[in-house]
Amino acid sequence: MRTSERLPEHPEFLWQDREPRGAYDVVVVGGGGHGLATAYYLARHHGITNVAVLEKGWLAGGNMARNTTIIRSNYLWDESAGIYEHSLRLWEGLEDELETPVLFSQRGVLNLAHSLGDVRESRRRVNANQLNGIDAQWLDAAEVGKLVPILDVTDRPRHRVLGATYQPRAGIAKHDYVAWGFARAAHALGVDIVQNCVVEDFETDGDVVTAIRTSRGRIACGTLALAAAGHSAVLAERLGVRLPVQSHPLQALVSELLEPVLDTVVMSNAVHVYVSQAHKGELVMGAGVDPYVGYGQRGSIHVVEEQMAAAVELFPVFARAHVLRTWAGIVDVTPDASPVVGHLPPYANAFVNCGWGTGGFKATPGLGAVYADTIAHGRPHPLAEPFALDRFRTGRLIDEHGAAAVAH
Amino acid sequence: MSRRLPHGGDLVDRDRPVTVLVDGDPVAAYAGDTLASALLAAGRRQVAAGTYTGRPRGVVGLGAEEPNAFVQVVSGPGEPMVRATELEVHDGLAVQRLAGRGRLPLGEDDTRYDHRWTHAEVLVVGGGAAGVDAALEAARDGGRVVLADDQVSLGGWSVGALGPDLDEQVARLETLPNVRVLPRTTVVGLYDHGQAVAVERRTDHRPDAPAHVARRRLWHVRAAEVVVATGAHERPLVFPDNDRPGVVLAGAAAQYVRRFGVLPGERAVVWTAHDGGLRAALDLAAAGVELVAVLDVRDEVAPGLAAELATHGVTVRTGAEVRGTDAGPDGALARVHVRHDGTIVTHDVDLLAVSGGLNPAVMLFSQAGGRTRWSDDVAGFVPDVPPPDAAHPVRVVGAAAGGLRDDELPPAAWFVGDVDSQEAERVFLDPQRDATLADLRRAHGAGLTSVEHVKRYTTIGTAADQGRGFGVLTVGVLAQVLARPVGEVGTTTYRPPYAPVSFALLAGRDRDALSDPVRVTAIHDRHVADGVPFEDVGQWRRPWYVPHQGEDLAASVRRECAAVRTGVGMMDASTLGKIVCRGADVGRFLDRVYTGLFSTLKVGSIRYGVMCGPDGMVVDDGTVARIGEDEWLVTTTTGNAAAVLDSLEEWAMTEWPELDVAFTSVTDQWAVVAVAGPRSRDVLAALAPDLDVSNEAFGFMQWRDAVVGTLPARVMRISFSGELAYEIDVPAWYGAALWDAVRRAGEPFGITAYGTETMHVLRAEKGFPIVGQDTDGTVTPGDLGMGWAISPRKVREGADFVGARSLQRADAVRPDRRQLVGLVPTDGSSAIVEGAQLVAAGADLTDLPVPMLGHVTSAYDSVTVGSPFALALLESGRTRHGEELDAVDSLVPVRVRVVDPVPYDPEGARRDG
Amino acid sequence: MMSLPCPHCGPRDETEFGYGGQAGVAYPARPGDLDDRAWAEYLFVRDNPRGWSTERWVHRAGCRQWFVLRRHTVTHEIESPA
Repeated sequence: MRTSERLPEHPEFLWQDREPRGAYDVVVVGGGGHGLATAYYLARHHGITNVAVLEKGWLAGGNMARNTTIIRSNYLWDESAGIYEHSLRLWEGLEDELETPVLFSQRGVLNLAHSLGDVRESRRRVNANQLNGIDAQWLDAAEVGKLVPILDVTDRPRHRVLGATYQPRAGIAKHDYVAWGFARAAHALGVDIVQNCVVEDFETDGDVVTAIRTSRGRIACGTLALAAAGHSAVLAERLGVRLPVQSHPLQALVSELLEPVLDTVVMSNAVHVYVSQAHKGELVMGAGVDPYVGYGQRGSIHVVEEQMAAAVELFPVFARAHVLRTWAGIVDVTPDASPVVGHLPPYANAFVNCGWGTGGFKATPGLGAVYADTIAHGRPHPLAEPFALDRFRTGRLIDEHGAAAVAH
Repeated sequence: MSRRLPHGGDLVDRDRPVTVLVDGDPVAAYAGDTLASALLAAGRRQVAAGTYTGRPRGVVGLGAEEPNAFVQVVSGPGEPMVRATELEVHDGLAVQRLAGRGRLPLGEDDTRYDHRWTHAEVLVVGGGAAGVDAALEAARDGGRVVLADDQVSLGGWSVGALGPDLDEQVARLETLPNVRVLPRTTVVGLYDHGQAVAVERRTDHRPDAPAHVARRRLWHVRAAEVVVATGAHERPLVFPDNDRPGVVLAGAAAQYVRRFGVLPGERAVVWTAHDGGLRAALDLAAAGVELVAVLDVRDEVAPGLAAELATHGVTVRTGAEVRGTDAGPDGALARVHVRHDGTIVTHDVDLLAVSGGLNPAVMLFSQAGGRTRWSDDVAGFVPDVPPPDAAHPVRVVGAAAGGLRDDELPPAAWFVGDVDSQEAERVFLDPQRDATLADLRRAHGAGLTSVEHVKRYTTIGTAADQGRGFGVLTVGVLAQVLARPVGEVGTTTYRPPYAPVSFALLAGRDRDALSDPVRVTAIHDRHVADGVPFEDVGQWRRPWYVPHQGEDLAASVRRECAAVRTGVGMMDASTLGKIVCRGADVGRFLDRVYTGLFSTLKVGSIRYGVMCGPDGMVVDDGTVARIGEDEWLVTTTTGNAAAVLDSLEEWAMTEWPELDVAFTSVTDQWAVVAVAGPRSRDVLAALAPDLDVSNEAFGFMQWRDAVVGTLPARVMRISFSGELAYEIDVPAWYGAALWDAVRRAGEPFGITAYGTETMHVLRAEKGFPIVGQDTDGTVTPGDLGMGWAISPRKVREGADFVGARSLQRADAVRPDRRQLVGLVPTDGSSAIVEGAQLVAAGADLTDLPVPMLGHVTSAYDSVTVGSPFALALLESGRTRHGEELDAVDSLVPVRVRVVDPVPYDPEGARRDG
Repeated sequence: MMSLPCPHCGPRDETEFGYGGQAGVAYPARPGDLDDRAWAEYLFVRDNPRGWSTERWVHRAGCRQWFVLRRHTVTHEIESPA
């Protein structure tokens, strides 16, 4: 009976939950990965430590706890590539930065192409990536088969594998380690982490947000930074701003622990399969986004059935694996499948970060750094500039649906 | 050393001996045994090992609560991580023991898995006494009842214990015509609106089953009401070294005796917190187990039970506890250290039967959205607030609802001892994950207080049993550590599935050819006979090119293109989307959804149209033919047919219901053969002698009804190649006949069949974009140079069309938008690659990032142009004609010149032949 | 898998339907009269309720009719159409 390697231990101390104080220079609403990373970089890069992170439930219990942890930066458009590659570089140094393990494993990500159209768009994206300095390659079916021997690259599958884009520096990390690493580091720098604190309303004075009313009392703020994913839209509405964000369920599942069979992340947008084998040995898989607005965090079985049918087509050896646990994350998506980061007009001291769809986890450190910089200086960081809310008025969208239509 | 009793065990059939292989060694068993009971009977105590520590682990429980005994099945199709307590033995079964991690068998699994659907007024989950009762009650008024039970036969674990009444009820239930009883069926999930999903195990226990019988079946039951009667799971007490083989749940131990005739040990200590455990001790004693000590955490026990135990020579020691265990040379339990009255006594035993209480099985209730609460009476979490969707009630009955017998109610007892003790790292809270009380303390020390955080920090409850055995126990211990009431600590969320479900079963029959429909045209058999390679376009399979023997793609396409440009070609164009629009207001409607003007179109004529989304971006294009005053035929791209129909209906129904329009998809009703090339008129004339094919009588962008060969047909004079061309539409069932007729009639003219690749080359040479290839959802009609497709009259009159307003936005009128251009290599020969990015000529490709100006959308080796030719979207493209750029693929540049996107016959002289 | 009440066909599985988003957002009578901000609001901004949602569905694999229903976005309770 072969035993397994344990994962690295979590730190002896993470953070201590705080009673909220009456006022902070910056109040970050949302204690997920983005909120925690933002608070950390505010303190670390900008010396702003009089910061509270308000979380309505338990820390990092939203999408951070429910995503499939894929990290990559091979997005089509310059704007997306810019912020995701910035993030990937931070991922590469994150363990040193946070002085905790985050289990970032650069095992490479494959995005499969199943039709001539997929091939064309894949090559377009690879070429754009290469010219943006992002490691990306086009692999033909035989090369894909060599990299992932259990993937059926023969003519047999209904949707044949014609090739794939490959980003070797991409990979996965362990979400709890990441979230808690940021929480620990932020806490150590003096940031207050306040759990079970529900934001109920805001107080404003003209174009200034003056205070936040919460289930744990009134908190005055110098600056308000929303980082609450789909819930940001609900919060912004309290401030009279409607955001172009819709929240959709996205299902994911894990298998039991299995001996290693897959050391690359494989994604197929055409048949909605995203799979990696996590550090402990479980297969972690994501499916397509449900079409309707929904906040129910449980899956719908037909989505899982379709996903399994596609997975077994591509990976015949998966036939006998078992689904151990399914769940749904709630992804907040915008009309152009790109996030909203920047000012929350008309307020001079309010900022918004949401709409990351399936890209939120991989953006965690990059967004944290860019958002913190934006908040600290009161103007958009250059990498955030294209993601301003105003683009929906001008039409200057960053459409990551079409050509790069690769979720996660 | 057999531990099989000479008699007893109603579940096993002693007339049917069975041999199974465990790690290659034969183990004797009887039909009806589970692997767990067979292993216990054989005295094989270690059945697994800790995932990380490798510590020996044995069978603890009876069914779904078993945390340790997971094996790899290596016979049949093979299966990783199968719970030994739920694995029925049969001859030929071979398993290997595991350390918490399975292996994926590499061979094919060609066994069959299927799905079934059914409806019921009531679904009852669980066939124990409460479930049988509920099913009988529900069946009374004749409604459809489904009773799913995960055991081999109904009755649950109380069979025999409740006597003949239950047997009689079960027998009655099985005769009712409106009741479907599904044994060996585990309900794994309760989903929205009364949907339950259940796994039925159909052939594993009968190796002689024919291959066509599905091994497992996934039931989808839609029920008006769900009754959850899933009983309760026994939970242990914890103590140092609680993970040794030989530490067994007391109730389970008694059931192994009673149902399987197996003694889980010979000398035992029993430690319990409730009368049920004492009753189990009695059962063990009666079966011949030597009870060296019976301990109870309570200070007092019922005198009756104590007296009964006394008849076996056993005194119940109240307030006593187990302080630890030792292993023998085989790693299994050898000694138990007991503290009683302040002294520690060590007993040599091979069985320690423990019972800390029963956890109502609230998982399904919780999955459905029901909320639980802590009950001090039950010392467990019980259903509290029902699932919010009152229209689809979920009712919990029996033990699952906390309806335990009085004598099964324990005080809340978890870890009896000092949580700070040094021994904490040997107090296992999740034995499969090797997670201990020390881990839990560490999590607390790290600042974590939420049970969800503690679960993630320690991994407790994440193993294959999903915390069924130890989950509530962990909450109890955490409450102890946090010094908070258990109810305040709460539980983690239960997620489906209740029991693991194989990927193959979820996929069901949707494998291979059935995984996604393949759509083929009515002419498909002809293409197959010709041996053509196919291209997948959406679900359609289309001929890609039509090679002569020995030709590759390039050679074939060169020949095909030449044939169309100089003679005549034919292709199967049946896949184009076709939508009939009927009604008095179709013209007005089309004016609103297309950029162009259609209401002025005459019957008999055809017009090209571009369709935008509300955001102003091109979503489809095609032709519109006016068939009659109130009948129009819209064609769409192959891939977009369904989406366009959806969109037309949406606009008509939801925004403009006052318009008289209706739509019918006729894509599959027509087979279409395109005949293209300067000799196409000759071919058509030969095929349709009664049709006046002269340019005067049958002009460009007109259609005519005709008899083609012997077939009733509609002939459209449209061209996607720039050549004189016709499309002949016939009812689909004549498709192959039309193909044959065209081929025969074309023979004298050297007609050549061509595929999608040639079609693409020919249209590219004319600068006709393909929506979805030369566009990507970010391209306006203007970007494509198709400003002409926006009706000037509509613009002049301020008439709206879908997307019009968006085309006035700042970004839509930027002069530096990416616009469609043509490209040729400056050396006249270098290939341009689709997907290549365009950069300034001579840009240093090592100085990253290199600003990108656009990308190549289509590229072909064009005999007509005399060199490779590409279409591209390029920033300010229309002002750059004549400029040189580099088209970069895989960081290799090809110098290209920007040219007009219509390199061939720009004045359109060839379309009339 | 939700079961949605098609007003014409009765309850049917969710997979037969298409989702059309928030109900009651009419196509502007004169889009040309809207400024960019108002037009963007029409194009892109919809309610995103955590709770009851009045929304459009189409019975795509059935009668192909559009209809409006009220659905709770957390519990998926359906309020029967009036």
